[in-house]
Amino acid sequence: MSDTTLQTAAEEAVDKSRSRPLTRWLPGSAIGWLVPALLIAVWELLSRLGQIPANVLPAPSAVAAAAVRLTASGELQHNIGVSALRALSGFVVGGTVGLIFGLANGLSALSEKLTDTTLQMVRNVPHLALIPLVILWFGIDEEAKLFLVALGVFFPIYINTLHGIRSVDPQLVEMGRIYGMGSWELFWRVILPGALPSMFVGLRYALGIMWLTLIVAETIAASSGIGYMAMQAREFLLVDVVVLSILIYALLGKLADSIARLLERLSLQWHPAYRR
Amino acid sequence: MNAVAAAISRREGRFPSAAPVQAHGNARGVPVTLRGLAKSFGPKQVLKAVDLHIPAGQFVAVVGKSGCGKSTLLRLIVGLEQATAGRVLIDAEEGRPSGARIMFQEPRLLPWARVRGNVEVGLDRSLATSERRLKAQDALAEVGLDDRGDEWPAVLSGGQKQRVALARALAGHPRLLALDEPLGALDALTRIGMQRLIESVWQQQGFTAVLVTHDVAEAIALADRILVIDEGRIAADLPIDAPRPRHRGDPALAALEGRILDRLFNDQGSGI
Ligand SMILES: Nc1ncnc2c1ncn2[C@@H]1O[C@H](COP(=O)(O)OP(=O)(O)O)[C@@H](O)[C@H]1O
Ligand SMILES: [Mg+2]
Repeated sequence: MSDTTLQTAAEEAVDKSRSRPLTRWLPGSAIGWLVPALLIAVWELLSRLGQIPANVLPAPSAVAAAAVRLTASGELQHNIGVSALRALSGFVVGGTVGLIFGLANGLSALSEKLTDTTLQMVRNVPHLALIPLVILWFGIDEEAKLFLVALGVFFPIYINTLHGIRSVDPQLVEMGRIYGMGSWELFWRVILPGALPSMFVGLRYALGIMWLTLIVAETIAASSGIGYMAMQAREFLLVDVVVLSILIYALLGKLADSIARLLERLSLQWHPAYRR
Repeated sequence: MNAVAAAISRREGRFPSAAPVQAHGNARGVPVTLRGLAKSFGPKQVLKAVDLHIPAGQFVAVVGKSGCGKSTLLRLIVGLEQATAGRVLIDAEEGRPSGARIMFQEPRLLPWARVRGNVEVGLDRSLATSERRLKAQDALAEVGLDDRGDEWPAVLSGGQKQRVALARALAGHPRLLALDEPLGALDALTRIGMQRLIESVWQQQGFTAVLVTHDVAEAIALADRILVIDEGRIAADLPIDAPRPRHRGDPALAALEGRILDRLFNDQGSGI
């Protein structure tokens, strides 16, 4: 009885792979790139046919040519490096402070009473609204960008760390105490792993805000970086460089998100939702 | 109620703390004594002056209506709650008992630790890693899960998770094991298997066992003695002398079950 069911199940599996040639030839991760590639091909085609005017949207090949040109002059690498460094340093500063406050307020009622109301009030000020003030304070120096990115990153990390710790199953905490865990062991073995899924949500949210803040800040007040490169190109009507800048932002954002996802999958292996 | 108090003091006289352990027990169990134990949550008095002596190695079952304070009693015994009045003496000593373990209806396993890691939670922190591993493996073998040590808890069935929780509780060789409806969430067949497992580890290890259950048949199958809690007091204290292993469907046990159920549902009926 069970033999025949097994056999049919196996046959079904074979049939499925036959009826889906796409999944047989492409590894799973490549399928996601199929639609973007198709879009680019259509875009190129329409540009060549003259359907999209080059001063509105240059062809992908023109954007690629701009990339080659700027790479050869060293401008592109320099600006990417500057932007990535700003993003990273702002993220580290804001993320660290957010993590510290999130942990402190999640673990200590006193700390929460002392600071949470203040932080929630500050949260209601959109950080990008501070740009004029920040320019007055720092001019267009690096501190301005660092400050804005750090502020933007702070809240998602803070809120989600706090929420993660608060939502740790109290029954597990009680279990830890019954089995004689001290505060330190309880934190590492019960509270932190329990808070981790929520902290990753905060991390990915923070990465999105990080790029968004940087784009705005670099576009308005900078003398280097991808955003500056785009604004310069706009003045000289170099649409291809403007489009290139936008694409680079998109790729950097995607890269950051992929790294976060990878970390998430590695550290949440126990979680049925992340198991493969 | 004076009659009950008198009965309790008579019982205490019968089981002085220095009493020799019972035939099936060994030196590992601890005696538990409650003196005038009371617990209130705000204005609500849950337990009123409970006096009780449990000799070392005895298996006691606690039954009673839902909300009558069974879990509270158990949590007081293992030191998870502070008594409003009265004392808990474990091995004639007061304070949080270190050799006590408690199992709940939920397995309370760490989802992010493998099965073996969860069992190691129950071991002494000062042991070497290799020794911890070995002992955890022994405890898993004891509950019949020696081949599941490398799994995540999420892939186990409810009964298997509860067996891991039992292995964790047993790993440190407790002298007192409190069980708060540990089988309440399991299906009937799994439950019978677990009852046999609990009985056999208790017979081997000789710890003192206090089992809270809503299943009177379960209490009768496992316990040396059944306590019926009502109105915050021990309303009945019944020794069960039937030999082990006990057979379900034994007419004498069935009659006893009927009497206990009557006692639970009919407050005036004090025929026991
Ligand atoms: N931490 C608590 N705070 C307030 N009331 C509680 C608490 N724990 C238990 N109680 C109350 O004490 C009574 C007994 O609870 P419990 O011991 O859990 O009953 P049982 O286990 O017999 O069903 C219930 O009325 C319950 O609402
Ligand atoms: Mg209960």
